[in-house]
Amino acid sequence: MIDREEMHYDVVVVGGGPAGLSCAIRLKQFSPDLAVCVLEKGSEIGAHILSGAVVDPRALDELLPDWRDLDCPLAATPVTDNWHWVLGKGKHRALPHAIMPRFMSNEGCYTASLGNLCRWLAAQAEALGVEIFPGFPAAELLYDEAGALRGVRTGDMGLDREGNPRPDFQPGMDLLARYTVLAEGARGHLSKQAIARFDLARDCQPQIYGLGIKELWDIKPENHVPGRVIHTQGWPLSESGSWGGGFLYHQAEGQVALGFVTALDYKNPYVSPYEEFQRWKQHPSIRAIIEGGKRVAYGARVINEGGWQSVPHLAFPGGVLVGCAAGFVNVPRIKGSHTAMKSGMLAAEALAPAVAQDRRGDALEDYETALRSSWIADELKLVQNAQPMVAKFGGGLGTVLAGADMWARSLLGFGIARPMAHHSDAKATGRADLYKPIAYPKPDGVISFDRLTNVAFSATNHDEDEPCHLKLADPAVPVNVNLKLYAGPEARYCPAGVYEFLGEGAETRLQINAQNCVHCKTCDIKDPTGNITWVTPQGGEGPNYPNM
Amino acid sequence: MKVLVGVKRVIDYNVRPRVKADGSGVDLANVKMSMNPFDEIAVEEAVRLKEKGVASEIVVVSVGPAKAVDTLRTALAMGADRGILVQTDEPVEPLAVAKLFHAIAQEEAPGLVILGKQAIDDDSNQTGQMLAALWGRGQGTFASAVAIEGDAVTVTREVDGGLETLKLSLPAVVTTDLRLNEPRFASLPNIMKARSKPVATKAPADFGVDITPRLKTLSVAEPAPRKAGVKVESVDALVEKLKELGVA
Repeated sequence: MIDREEMHYDVVVVGGGPAGLSCAIRLKQFSPDLAVCVLEKGSEIGAHILSGAVVDPRALDELLPDWRDLDCPLAATPVTDNWHWVLGKGKHRALPHAIMPRFMSNEGCYTASLGNLCRWLAAQAEALGVEIFPGFPAAELLYDEAGALRGVRTGDMGLDREGNPRPDFQPGMDLLARYTVLAEGARGHLSKQAIARFDLARDCQPQIYGLGIKELWDIKPENHVPGRVIHTQGWPLSESGSWGGGFLYHQAEGQVALGFVTALDYKNPYVSPYEEFQRWKQHPSIRAIIEGGKRVAYGARVINEGGWQSVPHLAFPGGVLVGCAAGFVNVPRIKGSHTAMKSGMLAAEALAPAVAQDRRGDALEDYETALRSSWIADELKLVQNAQPMVAKFGGGLGTVLAGADMWARSLLGFGIARPMAHHSDAKATGRADLYKPIAYPKPDGVISFDRLTNVAFSATNHDEDEPCHLKLADPAVPVNVNLKLYAGPEARYCPAGVYEFLGEGAETRLQINAQNCVHCKTCDIKDPTGNITWVTPQGGEGPNYPNM
Repeated sequence: MKVLVGVKRVIDYNVRPRVKADGSGVDLANVKMSMNPFDEIAVEEAVRLKEKGVASEIVVVSVGPAKAVDTLRTALAMGADRGILVQTDEPVEPLAVAKLFHAIAQEEAPGLVILGKQAIDDDSNQTGQMLAALWGRGQGTFASAVAIEGDAVTVTREVDGGLETLKLSLPAVVTTDLRLNEPRFASLPNIMKARSKPVATKAPADFGVDITPRLKTLSVAEPAPRKAGVKVESVDALVEKLKELGVA
């Protein structure tokens, strides 16, 4: 038995993103004496944050009303110009603003790096006395005898490939709390365990996801229009009958953040979200903007697309789910930071009185009740059929129906269809023999790049001598099932080139290059039989995003 | 014996440095910074000396911006006892740093000074040597093993032809090479404890040192991208190519 140290807190927050930091700040605003800590697996706050981002400041206005006067990086670039393009091959058509409901306009929103917003939030939290520990992942959930969550164990450091202690071994420690807030973001590995253990998804639809892949570019000054935001749908995913879209935001300092989200319910196993993104950049309307510029950063992360009907129960004995760990993304607006922050704040508003009453380990139903009657609920219910309409009727008709449903809900208060169902992304994957391989163009090294070159721009790093953090339940499945039936989709959906089939015939095997992992969580979601489980590697590893 | 250790806040080794558009330097805005890896080895060596009962106190010193206090805290979390931050937002060259360390060494009277052999940002590899000269003490650079015996230190150096062993009278200056040790991970409780360890903040002027740069950076540029290679069909074609290029 390893002798582990313990530390006690009122509230332990797992994850230093917008939801977790907002929760911690709100807790200290309510009760300055609470002992609150935030664990972050990245090497620093912001290192693992990746988003567009166009941020609706609604929650921030409530949390820190004078944020604009406090050097907040979000304030630099208000959205001034908003476009929605439908791409065809080689051309684009802009949708008239008038046909989209007003909440789609991005008026009053700001475009910036969410990582930088989190760095700023962390400074605010620390000033209030929150203890923030970057480089310490929560690796395990700890339960008391009654089965309530009583805290988390941080990851062990210094284990070798086989899991044996190295000379620099440093055991993880137990952080015990009255309540634990799971704010891990989309597909958090502990949130996944808590959802299963407490059956939190018993009354909701399965969560579904999109994979967002992003690059940051310095572009030529003459092409840069600060505050201009562009969203696209249609080409190139329309060619494979898949769904998703691109974004291109003109941010501060002559940079554009551009990226591409592919819904992971795609059926054709030959689809490569990475290659679709590279191809999208070659569209003349996009290429014209970035040509002559320079890519400076790369990364990827999944985003929740299930919407309101996929939100699980949020409170369980000893803990709550906040932010994307639960999934409050407004899919047609492609925004979840404001709802994530608000959910963290609502959790804090239930946590603070519970701690004041000397309670611990119970399920904070007050939080769930408050959230389900908050503006998060209003906003998400309004758009809850947008994604399923598209999933069911395709990009063309689906968009029209989604628009009609959103209009009806905004104007009449009810939609054209009842809340619609989802199907799991993993099960959506079709058999390879039913689809044709896709011939993606070779990267030109100027606008489009090969995967491994781009991965270097995520500054990701993992120790070579540590246990692999991508666990296979059955090591035979990759070759016997995935390769045989689905043509090995992991080699294509992973945006970091982690999965590679090597050898031929009977010698074929799956190589897992875990060092490349950018912690996007796609493999944990899209593996056809759910054979891959993502767990935390050593603290501080993974990408080092500068301002993503 | 008191041990003095230098730690520098540098761009993290995982990060791809990006040259500013105007060529004036490397863009450090929002870039992850951490302790120079060779300095981590220096701190680790000092902590091991303390664990062996050889060192009694470890003082860590950093010269740099206010944020460099984070680097000092990392060293304190690894086991150092107190920190000195010589705070400046100006660029500092090895000579200025060596003069500051010289002044601090005179004040603190350490038995041993351990520095990284070089910082991974400017790769100067000068500070330790300059300090030894200014201070008039022996130097053991590129150390891959350090042993204290009475009032002397034995330093094994990594040199081109193999290993060289020196014996220096204390006090002395040692600079660390990669193979000296494997630095430990700081534990959470030690990070907490490090927050209450003392750090004194000073200015270069407090030591009477003029840190004005002696060098002027004309421009900073990224290396030219590597040209794509050519595949040849046969050995003959290879020989032909090599002759063409004048290398065979």
